[in-house]
Amino acid sequence: MNANVVIIGGGISGVAIAYNLAKKGMKDIVVFDDNYMTGGATGRCGAGVRQQWSSKGNCIMAKMSIDFFERAQEELEYHRDVEFKQEGYLIVATTDEEDEQFSKNVALQNEVGIPSKKLTLEEALQIVPHLNKKIVKSATFCPTDGHLNPFLMTDAYYTAAKKLGVQFFYRERVNEIVVKDGVIQKVITDHHEVLTSKVVNAAGGYSYEVGQMAGVDIPVYSENHEILVTEPIEKIQGPMVISFSKNIYCQQVPHGSFIMGRSNPNVEHNHDISSSHEFLDEMAKTAVELLPPLGQLRVIRQWGGSYNVSPDRQPILGDTDQLEGYYLACGFSGHGFMFAPMTGLLLSEIILNQPPTIDMSELHISRFKNSTHNTYEKSVV
Amino acid sequence: MNPNNIIICRCEDVTLQELHDVLEEGYTTFEDVKRILRIGMGPCQGNSCGLLVQREIAKVLKKPLQEVQIHKTRPLITGVKLQSIVEATKNER
Ligand SMILES: Cc1cc2nc3c(=O)[nH]c(=O)nc-3n(C[C@H](O)[C@H](O)[C@H](O)COP(=O)(O)OP(=O)(O)OC[C@H]3O[C@@H](n4cnc5c(N)ncnc54)[C@H](O)[C@@H]3O)c2cc1C
Repeated sequence: MNANVVIIGGGISGVAIAYNLAKKGMKDIVVFDDNYMTGGATGRCGAGVRQQWSSKGNCIMAKMSIDFFERAQEELEYHRDVEFKQEGYLIVATTDEEDEQFSKNVALQNEVGIPSKKLTLEEALQIVPHLNKKIVKSATFCPTDGHLNPFLMTDAYYTAAKKLGVQFFYRERVNEIVVKDGVIQKVITDHHEVLTSKVVNAAGGYSYEVGQMAGVDIPVYSENHEILVTEPIEKIQGPMVISFSKNIYCQQVPHGSFIMGRSNPNVEHNHDISSSHEFLDEMAKTAVELLPPLGQLRVIRQWGGSYNVSPDRQPILGDTDQLEGYYLACGFSGHGFMFAPMTGLLLSEIILNQPPTIDMSELHISRFKNSTHNTYEKSVV
Repeated sequence: MNPNNIIICRCEDVTLQELHDVLEEGYTTFEDVKRILRIGMGPCQGNSCGLLVQREIAKVLKKPLQEVQIHKTRPLITGVKLQSIVEATKNER
């Protein structure tokens, strides 16, 4: 088999890249994924999409991605509903430092056209009446943030890309990338040998290993993030509620269930994605403290998934000076779902040698050369 | 009987016809149909529908039942190790 490009990983990043390349007219695009569709982080994620970030780059990536999500259903001509719910993110401040930092964040967000605003506690309570008044000081709110169904959004990209001729092979693992004299020769999987000179690493939690297959060093690691879902109830909460200091994100999806997650500061760097009762304990305490009525909800299911983390908690996108024809879309650090439309667009531009829609030099892997990187995006859970 | 009137997943109210439609689209594993239709994602977590869905997939793919994988079961439905309970109650009085 011959391919103009082989994409390794058919999560939201891989399908978005494949779709954008095919839409621009590229032929013979092949995607391999060793799992069922959305078996990686994409099918395990909270699938929240927000524009309230503290770095300008993230704000722009997120805003342009949301602009796409707003028209995704139509553009991708998808026959099911991607369940895009735009009822905002309410980010609560529980400390004076957060309160101050959030005012700065909102100013930055407004500068790039994001309609977020700072709210008093009283205003926040009008949006989410069941917030614990005793611990919330203030909040920020952006009404156009929201949530999508991660399975159906991925399926929408997949279905559209397939219509444009992209070939997908799920449940097929890439085992080897053959490089000779600095030139990519072929990709070897469980069932295929594909002659190609271009490879995209969109392998999520396994992007480090897929880098090593071609001798490309990527400074990323993976860590388990756990999450749970409750029984569905009638609608009581519009926006996603997050607190960085309390370490929680929690939202009611259109189906009626609440999904909520938090990070574990002591988690090890590995590929574990198991569930723990410690998470269940801590999650329950935090959720009930911040949103007391949720104490009445029954937990249906919990699971874990991989965050692929980069040193500055920002994605690594683009080509690399280590190997010609090798492209990276990894290190999303817990916010790769919401950036996927831009990941797809920017990677397709780089691969086809077109000028990128936005300056993406800040996201190039070369930023880690000779740097210790101790500043990073802090608005993360 | 009309497959439109047969409910195969009670928690999520999915009909046999909907399951057949998705299988016909080319999604052939339990994990795939679960993601598209929510089958097995409700409160029973596949305890009621699991075998029924497995049987339908086997029929459509013309495969023996034991070759059709069931979806992954998740906590809180799986058993808890005695040791975990011991650890969780260490700090309780
Ligand atoms: C609990 C949790 C909550 C999250 N919440 C959010 C959120 O609210 N909003 C948000 O934007 N992001 C969130 N994220 C992050 C988001 O899920 C990821 O950033 C995003 O899904 C990454 O998509 P991807 O396509 O790059 O990777 P993945 O979805 O992981 O896809 C990579 C694929 O590559 C395949 N693969 C790996 N190695 C090989 C190989 N050798 N051969 C073939 N295939 C291979 C894997 O099987 C996998 O399917 C969350 C993540 C977790 C775990």
